[in-house]
Amino acid sequence: MHKLLTSIHKEFKLIIRDPGALVILFVMPLVLVIIVTMVQDDTYQSMGNHSFPIILVDHDKGSIAQKVEESLNGSGTFKLTKMDSEEEAKEKVFKGDYQMAIVLPEDMSSGLQKRIDENVASLMSEMGWEADSLKTVPVSAEKKEIKIYFDPVTQAMFKDAVRTRIQTMISGLETEYTYTAFQDTLSDDPNKELFDRSEFIGFKEIAARDELKAAVPNSVQHNVPAWTLFAIFFIMVPLSINMVKEKNQGTFVRLRTLPVSYATVLGGKTVIYLIVSILQFIMMLLIGIYLFPKMGLPKLDMGSGIFLLLIVEICAALAAIGLGLFLGTVSDSPEQSAPFGATLVVILAALGGVWVPVFAMPSFMQKLAVLSPMNWGLEAFHSLFLRGGRLMDIVPFCALLLLLFVLSSAGAIIYYKRNYAK
Amino acid sequence: MIQIQGLSKRYRAAESDAVHNLNLNIQEGEIFGLLGPNGAGKTTLISMLCSLIEPSAGSLKIQDMDFKRNELALKKIIGIVPQEIALYPSLTAHENLMYFGGIYGIPDSELKQSIAEHLELLGLSAFAHRKISQFSGGMKRRINLAASILHRPQVLFLDEPTVGVDVQSKKAIIDHLLAMNKAGTTIVYTSHHLNEAEHFCTRVAIMDQGQIIIEGKPKELIAASGEVNDLEALFIALTGTGLRDHA
Repeated sequence: MHKLLTSIHKEFKLIIRDPGALVILFVMPLVLVIIVTMVQDDTYQSMGNHSFPIILVDHDKGSIAQKVEESLNGSGTFKLTKMDSEEEAKEKVFKGDYQMAIVLPEDMSSGLQKRIDENVASLMSEMGWEADSLKTVPVSAEKKEIKIYFDPVTQAMFKDAVRTRIQTMISGLETEYTYTAFQDTLSDDPNKELFDRSEFIGFKEIAARDELKAAVPNSVQHNVPAWTLFAIFFIMVPLSINMVKEKNQGTFVRLRTLPVSYATVLGGKTVIYLIVSILQFIMMLLIGIYLFPKMGLPKLDMGSGIFLLLIVEICAALAAIGLGLFLGTVSDSPEQSAPFGATLVVILAALGGVWVPVFAMPSFMQKLAVLSPMNWGLEAFHSLFLRGGRLMDIVPFCALLLLLFVLSSAGAIIYYKRNYAK
Repeated sequence: MIQIQGLSKRYRAAESDAVHNLNLNIQEGEIFGLLGPNGAGKTTLISMLCSLIEPSAGSLKIQDMDFKRNELALKKIIGIVPQEIALYPSLTAHENLMYFGGIYGIPDSELKQSIAEHLELLGLSAFAHRKISQFSGGMKRRINLAASILHRPQVLFLDEPTVGVDVQSKKAIIDHLLAMNKAGTTIVYTSHHLNEAEHFCTRVAIMDQGQIIIEGKPKELIAASGEVNDLEALFIALTGTGLRDHA
């Protein structure tokens, strides 16, 4: 025990004398979580707070064009500029000045009206109405095409959202015109409403959660756990560098001749880096609770409470420390350990769903995601931060994280015994 | 004190043994010098004596114990001064010594007293609370020695302890080692300073190509040769003047 305490004391002194490591361990994660949360805040609040610059080229000049323009202006999502030339609009979008250009074809309104009239007339005829009693004459209507030019950098998700919005708008107009055509055909009184045109089916968006316990999903609730986990795992980089430095300084040679087990040496590092990780985590939480509201971001809700959150944090930190101990043991130079460690963290984060949610990944990647310890940590954090989870909900994930710590630490000790302790 | 029998070491992918079938006995209280040109096998031998590397063949015992069966007990009674400076640059001299002494399990009060004594004898008391990174080469060498002897080892292994230091630091190191030897510590050291070894060692072995080619008391070896006046001349006569560069 005395040897372990001596090792812990030494590691403490080493870490507080290393300003670079302190910055990596304490400042960088905070900067990371603040920036990512701010960047993603609007994404979580939907696209509603932004006005995307778009162009409308109106060759139609009819009622549909007017409705489309009104709808786009009224949505608040788009900042509309009207142009006459399709070529000019295309060029502006291609240069990135505008996110997209919508080109409405000539005679779209009149064409749609004709097509609807034709369909209504045909239907009424089939139902046995006299041709002369119909107020419309069937005319063959040519199909029309709305062109949408997108900026090449526009993401697929945004394109789909815009396309869906316009399609919905046009479908609504078609329905409206159809009702009007029937109304005009069947009634002589234009003021008399034959149909109830209000929407019969509406939508209500509700997060599936325990209203008593679960927090409201927002950018802070998603980003703080995800990027805290990223920071926790990033600890393996300074830890492995610390170990490689020890080898290069010659102190590793002395350690190998001392009456102390390698497990005790690693134990000293584990305790200190675990304390660092807990402090990191508490700082992240404090920022979420106190700083974010002052920055106009939602306040972090502690979900299921600090006790369970700390259990997950400690398990994730131990898993990261275990990986760091193994990496530091097998690496011979900082040039090996630092890039490998950093890249490994990024890969585990990408796989684990820190950047892109696992459900949005291709099915093959979804299967791989469950292999990432960051996925285990993230699932446990989400359970506590967003779903009001209990201890039993996080036990499987914590067990996996602890198993990784045991296996990687044991791997480090076995590697040391095979390669150094002889 | 130290019995070595048929000791060999061949490194992975090497074509020949770094140490080959070596037999040697070192008595308690001796100051034994391992001398030889570069690549002779001195560091390999001393590394095996410190358990840093495992022999390929043969046996070695210290106080009738070997590392396979009594690793922890042996590590407690030996001290090693590595060729490299094996200290934490960002810690002070006192902090380094507290750490290494603490690992030997020396109680804090006893350790602090031991550190103060060694720093005084090595002329470093005034620099106890300065970081090692601020020390000169000679000061680092002296602290490197102090870190290895806080637990008063029965056997002390030193791999070129005076390399690259000034005359004053060298004298301080040698005087300290002589005092330790007088107090009962057996010393085994390697050096390229043959004049230093001639006066410091009670017995020396000259190694070449992994084997001991001659061993004995320096004065007796010089006298027995009949042709040379000092250890350096004997060394040249035995190992030649050819350069021993090796990768």
